[in-house]
Amino acid sequence: MTTPRIEIDEVTKYFGDKLVLDRVSLSVSPHEVVCLIGASGSGKSTLLRCVNRLVEHDYGTIRLDGVPVDDPSFGKTGLQRRAGIVFQSYNLFPHMSVLDNITLAPRKVHGVPRAEAEARGREVLARFAMDRFATAYPEQLSGGQQQRVAIARALMTKPDVLLLDEITAALDPELVGEVLAIIRGLKDEGMTMMIVTHEMAFARDCADRVAFLDGGMILEEGPPAQIFESPQEDRTRAFLQRIISAGRL
Amino acid sequence: MSVDKARRGPPPPPPRRGFDWRAAALPSAISAISVIVVFGALGWAITSADEWPRIRLQFFNLDAMAAAFPRVLQGFWINIQVWLTVLAAILAWALVLAVVRSLRAPWFAPFRLMVVLYIDIFRGVPVLLLVLLFGFGVPALTLPGLPNSGLFWGGIAMVLSYSAYVAEIYRSGIDAVHEGQRAAAKSLGLSEWQTMIHAILPQALRNVVPALMNIVVALQKDVALLSVIGVRDAVREAQIYTASTFNYSSLIVAAGLFLLATIPMARLADWLTRRDRARRLQLSA
Repeated sequence: MTTPRIEIDEVTKYFGDKLVLDRVSLSVSPHEVVCLIGASGSGKSTLLRCVNRLVEHDYGTIRLDGVPVDDPSFGKTGLQRRAGIVFQSYNLFPHMSVLDNITLAPRKVHGVPRAEAEARGREVLARFAMDRFATAYPEQLSGGQQQRVAIARALMTKPDVLLLDEITAALDPELVGEVLAIIRGLKDEGMTMMIVTHEMAFARDCADRVAFLDGGMILEEGPPAQIFESPQEDRTRAFLQRIISAGRL
Repeated sequence: MSVDKARRGPPPPPPRRGFDWRAAALPSAISAISVIVVFGALGWAITSADEWPRIRLQFFNLDAMAAAFPRVLQGFWINIQVWLTVLAAILAWALVLAVVRSLRAPWFAPFRLMVVLYIDIFRGVPVLLLVLLFGFGVPALTLPGLPNSGLFWGGIAMVLSYSAYVAEIYRSGIDAVHEGQRAAAKSLGLSEWQTMIHAILPQALRNVVPALMNIVVALQKDVALLSVIGVRDAVREAQIYTASTFNYSSLIVAAGLFLLATIPMARLADWLTRRDRARRLQLSA
């Protein structure tokens, strides 16, 4: 069996006295797409942020291609280069043009010359039909366009893993599709992804595996058909019932 | 929508209403007349007071004003020079203080503590006291290698005091930058220092421009404090004239010069604040 790309082993995290992740284990194979679902506060975003060390976990181990994420061999920026993240609120830098936003890390962190970084930047933007907006500022773009730029920014360093943290939750409904289409495209190219999402239709359609988190634990995981059609746990059933009655599935 | 409705199309836009002079004339006339009446009554009440001729002679004596003007203006030029020099030093030094206070790395703790103490001390002591202490006290030490002029050390006192306030303004701007910006920068691999320089500070500085403008106006007036240590600024020159003639019109001249400089700046500050608020409203919409 091949080494999992991401291997989360008995990870526990406290915020102060509050237990947010309770001995979570999960592994993601190369080219696999795993969706994390669950109510707000169930710990799914925290788990995602532990993978690229935006949040430091307290116990357990997270490995990327077999190497613990806090291993010195990653150096100061190796982990960030190999695991890109996209946030719910885009978090683009408002004082920089689109092109400067996506070339900032290659230029300042990885020492790529400006001309080279910008050439690659335009290439990535073109893939997402955003090359027309290279010199625009984030506030001039729609939410969907901003999120496409944020995805481009995360892809600039050619990461092995993409972490997506509710990336459509802040979007107007008619803009959700254009962002999800990009994620499907990345899946088809074989990108390994961990996706926190409330879009159950997308999870059912796009995920190889779905994990349901509740109270900081993975209560149930399996192929989407199993989780959505015949959930084993009462709490999973209750959660999906709430989603269905809210008209989201 | 019915087919019939679509075929007829929407009604034409309503006619534009031009500026209606007749409708505006009466209210404008009323406000003009009431301004004239109120200010006229005030002016008449003041000038018809028994003491008015003496007040005019002492404070608004045109001959005395004309005689004092060249010296006061010369002094005011000193004010402007000191103001701009001190301002540049304050803006730079306060930025250093604010950044040191905002960096979160643990080994920075002693420097953060130093900045907190610095701000507590220099914000808590009257500027006038600092000007006296530095302007008179330090030159008396005749420190080797450092200038001995009261002007220099008085300026240092202004910088020390004002930078404490300005550092806090900068810091409020730094704190107001959304936490998501730090998360984004960190996730891209930027160091804390790079995050500050490339992501946080440009936004923070833009946030605090209106607040800084008020400090700029206040500083312009407070430069006059240096007159107490013998710097021959506008106030000092006016005082010298007063001392030899017992006429206070020279101080009114100095006051007029200050107003000439501060009022446009206050308007500029208001305008910047309004523009900034409009920008924020637009962003949050």
